[in-house]
Amino acid sequence: MWELIKDLWDFARSHKRYWLLPLLLVLLLLGALLVIGPGSALAPFVYTLF
Amino acid sequence: MNILGLSAFYHDSAAALIRDGEIIACAQEERFTRRKNDPAFPRHATRYCLQQAGIGLDAVDYVVFYDKPLLKFDRILQTHLALAPRTLPAFVRSMPVWLKEKLFQKRLIRERLAELGGPLPPLLFAAHHAAHAASAFYPSPYPEAAVLCLDGVGEWATTSAWHGHGHRLTPLWQQDFPHSLGLLYSAFTAYCGFRVNSGEYKLMGLAPYGEPRHVQRILDELIDLKDDGSFRLDLNYFDFAGTRRMTTERFHRLFGGPPREPEGELQQHHMDIAASIQAVTEEIVHRLATTLHRETGLDHLCLAGGVALNCVANGKLRTQGPYRDIWIQPAAGDAGGALGAALLAWHHHLDRPRHPSQPDAMQGALLGPEYDTDTIETTLRQAGARYRRLDPDALDHTVAEALDQGRVVGWFQGRAEFGPRALGNRSILGDPRPPEMQSRINLKIKFRESFRPFAPAVLAEHQAEWFEMERPSPYMLFVSPLKAQHLRPLPQQARGLDKLRHPRSPVAAVTHVDGSARLQSVHPQTHPRFHRLIQAFHRRSGCPMVVNTSFNIRGEPIVLTPRDALRCFARTDMDLLAIGDFLVDKRDQPPELAQRLDAPPPPPEPEHPPLPEATPKRLRQFALSTAAAVVLLFGLLIPWLTAHPIPLWLIAAAGAWALWGLLLPTSLTPLYHGWLRFGLLMGRITTPVILTVVYCLLVTPLGWLRRALGHDPMERRRDPQAASYRRPSPPLSGMDKPF
Repeated sequence: MWELIKDLWDFARSHKRYWLLPLLLVLLLLGALLVIGPGSALAPFVYTLF
Repeated sequence: MNILGLSAFYHDSAAALIRDGEIIACAQEERFTRRKNDPAFPRHATRYCLQQAGIGLDAVDYVVFYDKPLLKFDRILQTHLALAPRTLPAFVRSMPVWLKEKLFQKRLIRERLAELGGPLPPLLFAAHHAAHAASAFYPSPYPEAAVLCLDGVGEWATTSAWHGHGHRLTPLWQQDFPHSLGLLYSAFTAYCGFRVNSGEYKLMGLAPYGEPRHVQRILDELIDLKDDGSFRLDLNYFDFAGTRRMTTERFHRLFGGPPREPEGELQQHHMDIAASIQAVTEEIVHRLATTLHRETGLDHLCLAGGVALNCVANGKLRTQGPYRDIWIQPAAGDAGGALGAALLAWHHHLDRPRHPSQPDAMQGALLGPEYDTDTIETTLRQAGARYRRLDPDALDHTVAEALDQGRVVGWFQGRAEFGPRALGNRSILGDPRPPEMQSRINLKIKFRESFRPFAPAVLAEHQAEWFEMERPSPYMLFVSPLKAQHLRPLPQQARGLDKLRHPRSPVAAVTHVDGSARLQSVHPQTHPRFHRLIQAFHRRSGCPMVVNTSFNIRGEPIVLTPRDALRCFARTDMDLLAIGDFLVDKRDQPPELAQRLDAPPPPPEPEHPPLPEATPKRLRQFALSTAAAVVLLFGLLIPWLTAHPIPLWLIAAAGAWALWGLLLPTSLTPLYHGWLRFGLLMGRITTPVILTVVYCLLVTPLGWLRRALGHDPMERRRDPQAASYRRPSPPLSGMDKPF
């Protein structure tokens, strides 16, 4: 995950996409939920929070 | 130094291995998995490449992926921002795959490679069009050439022009998504009822049955085409930028009706549309190539990208100029990107020199697996097939005799082809002279549409006697008219599919209704065995060519293994199978051969990952984590928020539950699996809801704001005064980043 965050940051810097960062951040959090969710015993609790 | 190139995760996955710049092996994953255009990680193809090179992963110095995933994600997000709110369904559908897998491609590739064993080599990334350009230029015979890449879309570029010189590739200019010639052609493919990404050949084959009566309509309404070949699509007619559909209601109104159903009746209307978009495509390709020639002054052109498989356009470009000659990557689609990525790493990233070879460096595109005599015989014996073993000369003689008698032969020899064409190692062959041969092979052997033409594989030394194109066409990538003296006139009243009933030449099965043929010239230097076979047929029949079509049936990949070949042979009306040194005659076979070889269809991709195995450790974790979550959520958080007392009974129950799990973990197995399934179900319900909220609260307002500030990454505005829509390409980026 950290490697991806670093790559996304480098990408935003090199391509002047700073304005895209808030959206990327939200999508990353959502991605973490989607990755951690399935197969985890905590998934029903996490989804309940939403 | 060994470099492994990979293309994967979209369509037509492949692997390619080069050693010190020389191509060792290339293969498409679909041939192994038997799933047409398989997008999965090319595990089997990679394993084969390593095996062919005689190395393990530990001897690979670099792995190169054929595309830059973060740039592609950038394009997808910007498309949603530009078109919000109408891309909501596409956003909800596509984002989970991106957020779960495609964004983590580095990790995904490493995990898949780790399954093959050995330490992981450094991972590099080639931009999609750079990989195409490299696949076109580096294996070509030219020291210097102009390079043109045309496809649907990679990251952003849909068309790109390059200057190749020595081992350098310099990007010149490009046109970006959504203004794509590949997607324009695919939109018409879908409208005519064929599948996008595989039905484009059918549309091209259908075109000569129609009249190009819609050309002006396309140019007036759908695209603004400039003199230099650059263009803008009118997105009011196309839906591919944001949704899964290719065309809009407005498009359907313009062409007088809804899209044809996939197996619906082919009407003259569809043929006219096919002819029209084919004519427009040829015009665009010609203008782009002419612009590139004018600006570079180079006499040679290299082509790659899916549009470069349009052999009708290629043939006309070669004949009409302005280039002295053209070389096209035989795996011009995404599979070839694997090879291009590896070559780009060698020549561009590592700065290694290039030594062009004649006729090219592709070794006849015969770069796939080969099976030895023992393996073939074992397959035949185990299947209970009756066969004869012959020496190569006797086999050629017998097959030539059978072809001359009108029999259809499966021809399986040597290394498998890389790319979409069977070039004489995994081919079905026939005599091109009988007029009924085309419909017989189409309907009884390939089980495909009767209108589709076949290609001639012709002895190179006799090509000029029959075809207008005299230059080599070893990869079946150019269409050429037959020489006028061989052509018979088409009755003026013949229309549509009725034209099929009028043989256009003495080699009717390989002559399309417009008097052209998709030519494969067979050279003794690059393809000696196939050349000898056609020579034997020529000696018997006086005809220097055979029908050559891919060894498969409709909807299946070309056969790879002896078993694939035997199964295809047994299930169809093929008469003879020449496989290695063995000859299998359909008349000698036991009736149950086909059943014996019937294989179950490849398993469908699981919709969801399998549930994790219920080990005692996992079950204990399950009990402890659910107990902790219940205590935190319902025992502490909710009472605190609602100002209720802490429910001690709940905490006690959670404690008992945790204790149960610690002492008797395996007894929780059914509960554990049921709970995980419940979690998956909740995820399926909740994920679209969360994505919809994100789209409505973040994507749409951000998109509106960007548009209000004048940003339009889709570049929808037409400018009648502009001379061109091209833009200069950025310099070739480094390969160590996924962007």
